[in-house]
Amino acid sequence: MIELQQISRVFQVGDEEVHALEGVNLTIGAGEYLSLMGPSGSGKSTLLNILGLLDRPSGGCYVLDGRDTTTLDEHEQAVVRGRKVGFVFQSFHLVPRLTAHENVELPMLLAGIAAAERRERTGAALAAMGLADRARHRPDQLSGGQRQRIAIARATIMRPAVLLADEPTGNLDSASGADVIAVLEKLSLEGLTLIVVTHDMQVGQRASRRLQMVDGRIVSDTSAEQR
Amino acid sequence: MRVLDTAGFALQSLRRAPARSSLMLLAMGIGVAAVMVLTALGEGARRYVTGEFASLGTNLVIVIPGRSETTGASPALFAGETPRDLTVADAAALTRSALVSKVAPIMVGSSAASYGSRTREVPVIGSTAEMLAVRRWRLAAGGFLPRGDWSRGATLCVIGEKIRRELFGAAPAIGQWLRIGDWRFRVVGVLASEGRSIGVDVQELVVIPVASAEALFNSQALFRVLVEARSREVMPRVTQFVLDTLRERHQGEEDVTVITQDAVLATFDRIFRALTMTLGGIAAISLAVAGILIMNVMLVSVSQRTAEIGLLKALGADRRQIIALFLVEAVLLSILGAVVGLLVGAAGSWGIGRIYPALDVVTPGWAIAAAAAVAMATGLVFGILPARRAAQLDPIRALAG
Repeated sequence: MIELQQISRVFQVGDEEVHALEGVNLTIGAGEYLSLMGPSGSGKSTLLNILGLLDRPSGGCYVLDGRDTTTLDEHEQAVVRGRKVGFVFQSFHLVPRLTAHENVELPMLLAGIAAAERRERTGAALAAMGLADRARHRPDQLSGGQRQRIAIARATIMRPAVLLADEPTGNLDSASGADVIAVLEKLSLEGLTLIVVTHDMQVGQRASRRLQMVDGRIVSDTSAEQR
Repeated sequence: MRVLDTAGFALQSLRRAPARSSLMLLAMGIGVAAVMVLTALGEGARRYVTGEFASLGTNLVIVIPGRSETTGASPALFAGETPRDLTVADAAALTRSALVSKVAPIMVGSSAASYGSRTREVPVIGSTAEMLAVRRWRLAAGGFLPRGDWSRGATLCVIGEKIRRELFGAAPAIGQWLRIGDWRFRVVGVLASEGRSIGVDVQELVVIPVASAEALFNSQALFRVLVEARSREVMPRVTQFVLDTLRERHQGEEDVTVITQDAVLATFDRIFRALTMTLGGIAAISLAVAGILIMNVMLVSVSQRTAEIGLLKALGADRRQIIALFLVEAVLLSILGAVVGLLVGAAGSWGIGRIYPALDVVTPGWAIAAAAAVAMATGLVFGILPARRAAQLDPIRALAG
C-alpha cells in the first residue's frame, strides 16, 4: 500500500547540505503496525512528514495506494492528506478555541461534508473514545489522555488508510500513555495501517514490525510475527 | 469546504477573540460612521441652499442689464456703464406674454431714513406689488404696495422688521410717516422677519413703489427685472421672449443678460455636491486607516495561529481554503463594522438634525452604499496579505510551533 523507492531529503542549512534521508526503500502493507525508532536527528520525523505528504522528498518515488504522490500538485496532495492520512501529534494540536466536538468535526468541515452527517459521525467517534460526555469541553478543560484521544478521533474521522503517530505518548504519564496505545492498537486490529514514531522502547517493542533509523537510513527492519 | 461552514468557522474565530474583534469593529465602525455623518452634513447644507433658492421660485427668469459677453468682468458690476438702461417701460413690455405670469422690476439704492429723532442708512428697493408674490415674501403686519399703474409713484413704503424695531421701537409703525431722503413715505406694512431671500436681508429693507424710487434716486436704471414664467416647461420660451422683446426695444442690440433661477440652482447644487463628495473623501481616509488596522491585526492573528494553520493543512486544507478562511474573517469583520458604523452614523445624523433643525440632515443613499462597499473592499484588500501569508506557511514548521 505504501511504497518508498530511493527516497532522499536534503535540507539546506546555511552553506551546508544536511541529508535527513538517504535512499530510503520501504514497503508497507495495508493494516501493518509499524514502529519507527532512532535517536534524535535520525530522520524519523522527516520520514513521517513525507509519508503524510506534509513534506516532499528531494528525490525518489513515493507510491500511496498505487498512485505516485510526487507528481500531485498542492491541491491534490491536500486532498490525499485529508482523506487517506491521519495525524496524531505529541502535543495533540487541538484548536484551543474549539470544543472537543468541533475539533473532531474539523476534517469533515474541510472536506465539505453536510452538517447532519458531521454531527452524527462526530458523536459516534467521541462515544467510541468514551468521551461522549466531554463533547462540549474545550481542550484546556480536558486531561492529556483525553486530549490525545480527541486527537485520535479527529485523525480517524475521515476513515483514512494510514494513521501516522508522532510520539503519541510523549507528553503523557504512563497510565494515560497506555490508554492511548490501547486505543491505537484497537484501531490497528480493525485494519488501519498504523505507523508510530517513538523514543520509548516499550512503546516501540509493541509493534509487529520495528524499524530502526540512524543518520537518515533504515538500519534494521524486524518483524515480530510471534507477538 | 462549504461556503456556510467557512463563514461559520471564521465567525467563531472572531467570537472567541472578543477584544480583538470589537476593537476592529470599532475602527471600521468609526470610519463608516464618519463617512455617513460628514456626507449627511454636506448633503444637508446642499439641501438647505437649494431649498433657499427654490423658495424664490424655480421658474424665475432674472434680467440683468449689460451683456455678459461684452467684458471679462461680471455684468452686474458694470450695470451703470451699459449704454442703455433697463427701464420700467422695458419691464412693462415683458408682461405682454401669456407665458409670463408676473413681472417685478427692481431698483436698488441706499438712503437715509428717519423717524422723529432716529435716523439710519437703509437699503431701498423700488418695486411693484408683484414683488411680494415673486420673492415669496410675507407680511408681519399691514399690506404691501398697492397694485396699479407702475408709473405713478405713491408715497407709500413697506419696511423690514429690524427697521421697524430700530426706528419705531415699541410705537406703532403702520400709518406713520417715514422720511427717506427728501421725501416722506407712509408706512403701510411690515415684512415678516422669517421671509428668506438670498443676498438680501428682508429685515433691513425699505420697499417703495418703483416710480417713487426713480424720483428719489433720480435715475431710470433698473437693477434687475424678475420675470416669473407660468411653469417650468415654458422657461426656455420665456427666456427667448424676454431677449427678443428687449432687443427690439433696444434698437436691435442685445444688451441684457438673462439668467434663470434653475441655472443658479444647478450651479449651487453642483458646488455643494462637490463639497459633499470632498467631505466623504476625507472620511474615506479613516476607512482606509481602519483597513490597515484590520490588516495589522489579521497579521498578528496569523502569527498567533500558526499551529492551527499547520494543523488545518495536515487535516487536508489546501492553500485556497486557508486563504478563504482568513479572507472571510477579514470581510466579515468589515461587514459587521460597516453595520455598526451605519447604526452609529444614523444616530449621529439624527442627533445633528436635532441640534440644527434648519439642516435637513439625511445621508444620501449613494454615500451609505459607497461606505458599505468601501468597508467591504478594504476588508478584502487588506485581508489578502495576511491570508496569503497564512496559506504560505510551511505546515511542518507551523506544527513545530
